[in-house]
Amino acid sequence: MSEPAVPYAEALREFEPVIGLETHVELGTASKMFCGCDASFGAEPNTHTCPVCLGLPGALPVVNARAIESTVRIGLALHCDIASWCRFARKNYFYPDMPKNFQTSQYDEPLCTDGYLDVEVPVEGGTAETVRIPIERVHLEEDTGKSLHVGGATGRIHGASHSLVDYNRAGIPLVEIVTKPVAGTGARPAEVAKAYVTELRDVLRGLGVSDVRMEQGSLRCDVNVSLNPPGAPWGTRSETKNVNSLRSVERAVRSEVERQAARLRAGQRIVQETRHFHEDSGLSTSGRSKEEATDYRYFPEPDLVPVAPDPEWVAELRADLPEAPSVLRRRQIGSLGLSELDSAAMVNAGALDLVLATVAAGAPAAEARNWWLGPLAQAANAGGVEPADLPITPDQVARVVAIVAEGSLTPGLARQVVEGVLAGEGGPDQVIRARGLAVVSDEGVLAAAVDEALAASPDAADKVRSGKVAAVGALVGAVMKATRGQADATVVRRLLLERLGVSE
Amino acid sequence: MSSADLTRFTAAETAAAIASREVSAVEVAQAHLERISSVDGAVHAFLHVDADGALAAAARVDAARAAGTALGPLAGVPLAMKDVIVTQGIPTTAGSRILEGWVPPYDATILTRLKGAGLVLLGKTNMDEFAMGSSTEHSAYGPTFNPWDLGRIPGGSGGGSAAAVAAYEAPLAVGTDTGGSIRQPASVTGTVGVKPTYGGVSRFGLIAFSSSLDQAGPCARTVLDAALLHEAMAGHDPADSTSIDAPVPPVVAAARSGDVAGLRVGVVRELSGEGYEPGVQQRFEEAVALLSDLGAKVVEVSCPHFAYALPAYYLIAPSEASSNLARFDSVRYGLRVDDDGVRSLEEVMSATRAAGFGAEVKRRIILGTYALSSGYYDAYYGQAQKVRTLITRDFAAAFEIADVLVSPASPGVAFPLGAKVDDPLAMYRQDLATIPSNLYGGPAMSLPMGLSEGLPVGLQVMAPTMRDDLLYQVAGALEAALHDRWGGNLLASVPELAA
Ligand SMILES: [Zn+2]
Repeated sequence: MSEPAVPYAEALREFEPVIGLETHVELGTASKMFCGCDASFGAEPNTHTCPVCLGLPGALPVVNARAIESTVRIGLALHCDIASWCRFARKNYFYPDMPKNFQTSQYDEPLCTDGYLDVEVPVEGGTAETVRIPIERVHLEEDTGKSLHVGGATGRIHGASHSLVDYNRAGIPLVEIVTKPVAGTGARPAEVAKAYVTELRDVLRGLGVSDVRMEQGSLRCDVNVSLNPPGAPWGTRSETKNVNSLRSVERAVRSEVERQAARLRAGQRIVQETRHFHEDSGLSTSGRSKEEATDYRYFPEPDLVPVAPDPEWVAELRADLPEAPSVLRRRQIGSLGLSELDSAAMVNAGALDLVLATVAAGAPAAEARNWWLGPLAQAANAGGVEPADLPITPDQVARVVAIVAEGSLTPGLARQVVEGVLAGEGGPDQVIRARGLAVVSDEGVLAAAVDEALAASPDAADKVRSGKVAAVGALVGAVMKATRGQADATVVRRLLLERLGVSE
Repeated sequence: MSSADLTRFTAAETAAAIASREVSAVEVAQAHLERISSVDGAVHAFLHVDADGALAAAARVDAARAAGTALGPLAGVPLAMKDVIVTQGIPTTAGSRILEGWVPPYDATILTRLKGAGLVLLGKTNMDEFAMGSSTEHSAYGPTFNPWDLGRIPGGSGGGSAAAVAAYEAPLAVGTDTGGSIRQPASVTGTVGVKPTYGGVSRFGLIAFSSSLDQAGPCARTVLDAALLHEAMAGHDPADSTSIDAPVPPVVAAARSGDVAGLRVGVVRELSGEGYEPGVQQRFEEAVALLSDLGAKVVEVSCPHFAYALPAYYLIAPSEASSNLARFDSVRYGLRVDDDGVRSLEEVMSATRAAGFGAEVKRRIILGTYALSSGYYDAYYGQAQKVRTLITRDFAAAFEIADVLVSPASPGVAFPLGAKVDDPLAMYRQDLATIPSNLYGGPAMSLPMGLSEGLPVGLQVMAPTMRDDLLYQVAGALEAALHDRWGGNLLASVPELAA
């Protein structure tokens, strides 16, 4: 079922990639785009609805002014021109989760145009290079409802016995951010795509316009990819939808590069089509062909009046923009006193905010960095998630660091505590209590363990006595094992050497 | 006073009689419900009569009166409402099979306002399906018959509202006017019908035909009654983005003043002559002469782009309709056919729309879908919008030299049922004179100017946007003079309909 692929690096030695990204962001406004309904996530199905967002006959839309403001701020943060006058348009097509069978969107008159976003892309050696991503447009539209297909094997409409529709999401303000085609990404189109979405997410988060949770669908990506032989015109592009994590953005570009390269190498043509990305396999499958594209019959929405942002108001919004994440990051990294290499590593791992938050919660920068780039990065990798999505908070990491500093945990025990937190056993203190983890500092208890270890390994004891102090390691290990790791290794070592009459 | 007499009062008289305790609102409602029972079998103006709701609303007015609460100028007056306006708890079909059985969960803003003003809703009136037509023959529930001659059409699309008023089933009715659906029925039933300035009356709760053209307005037997209803329903509505946030023009005061001395009345050259029946033309010339006698200054104006109004309208309105009517898909409300668990969603949607929409609605959906489609948009929809701009400029230029414009409201008298139903273009030409005001957005009215071949014909008055008061000023003066000439309201000569 999976298509032939040429390995990524090899594919990009043979072909030049062009990528493009369309990002949909659900705004975090209190109410929906065109009615007063609650726009929050997670309510019982169809409880956040009214005649307007259900598209009942006779109901009319009224624009949410806060959504316009958020969109203008996004446009400004992305260095766009803000239209002095623009209109909404109807995008007409039939779909049951779209109550009016048209989506109120923007067509040839978007609110924001012609901007860019600078992103830092990791390069060999651990540092980063800045790539400028040109932004074509930023426009505002309404989200659709959500269909749940029941009774089929796949959860898709095909084969389902019936479908349920939840209109809570219908009418949530949605901002679409479209890049221009990005050429010249060389051997790293997937890395550039991921860096762009990451940076965009940070910009949006900094603006406070959305909670940008990809797993809840408040940030969604469509990824366009084409390949062409060096120097040739751009190739036919595919559009991969349903890309709902940062990791998947990278994987989607990667797998599409590999798939297209194999087709091109075999002399086959690339079909202009929509493809669906599957989180589990990291591969995409063909959806509908765009070559028989729907005609959306766009026309200006007659139920709404044009939007004409006052230039003075736009200037005020511009003046009030928060610091760009890249600038903020540089300042914060400076304050941590860590090396540039560490900084790049943290940015690449998506761990900078976590390190900062851990430091803010009281941990020393070096400790925070070690945790997030070490055991926690490994855990994230193993689970295929972003570090931020691990079930442990920076506050909890800082708490573990503090307990170690107090001397109540050894580094080894601290790891066990973190494992417990990640396994959902509760917060650090809870895990310590439940697992009975604490440093055994009662020298009487330890002395017994030391005696046992010496009795069990007379050879090792002799070696130490004869001056081979390094041989004490095996004895320390035995004591640690006997105390289930709860002893302080430094103390154990001191006790062993004392008992053997050896001084360092 | 017999209950039959109560239906003969104007709305203003009825309200005064209720306020002065001469009659109760319940007696008035009862009289109209009886009238409906006795004549609506012949007229078929109503699709749904809400007798219980009407009597309860009337009782509330009487209770308020008994409690000493100050009553509004139309409190207790019965009202009929075109079935394209949503009414909470009362079936609303827009004359279509596809909405059969749908009971809206909310009231249109205008209904909320009129209920608040103490008007008593009798029921919902018949109409061409989704307001598409000029004869009410395109209703999925059968035609309405003209009270002047039951063999003839009452105009359309709001034939039910006009016929209900002409047949004394209701003193007031609400209509909607996208291309003449209030004015042309008014013209052929001898009633007064007004399309207010676009944005002057809320569209929230009006089932959209063509969003940029639709406007609700009053139907009545006198100019003053129309003004009273107009004032009660107009005004800014934050739920309608296209609603104008400005004071309602003083229409009632204007209707009462009825003075045209010195007013410049422009006769639109392009809206007479060819295409207009000689009898209509003759009454029109007499009305203009009468206005002149009353002191108005009559001038001739030319609006050269009015010639393109009809084709532009038949691109813009169907385009918007094709999108507005997309929501009728069987998923959330209304008709659903062939849902057998085997057919796909698309098949059920398609079958429902095939079964639920009538031929005229389908014709316009197809027209509009084509006009908006990629590759044709600029040539059709885009071009029509340019014509719309030119027509607006024609109006602006005409209003430089005239305060109001006049023309016949319809090209002829009511035609026999069936005469044009198979000839869409002939049907469309009924709205030759009314469409320009919809494209421009300004207010326009039809009021009776006399009989031709024994049937009523209307005079159209058009004014600049938000100068709805000028319509009433001219109409008030002309109506007074005509009533003097006729010895009363033209509608007094509607044949007795009761069995
Ligand atoms: Zn809503």
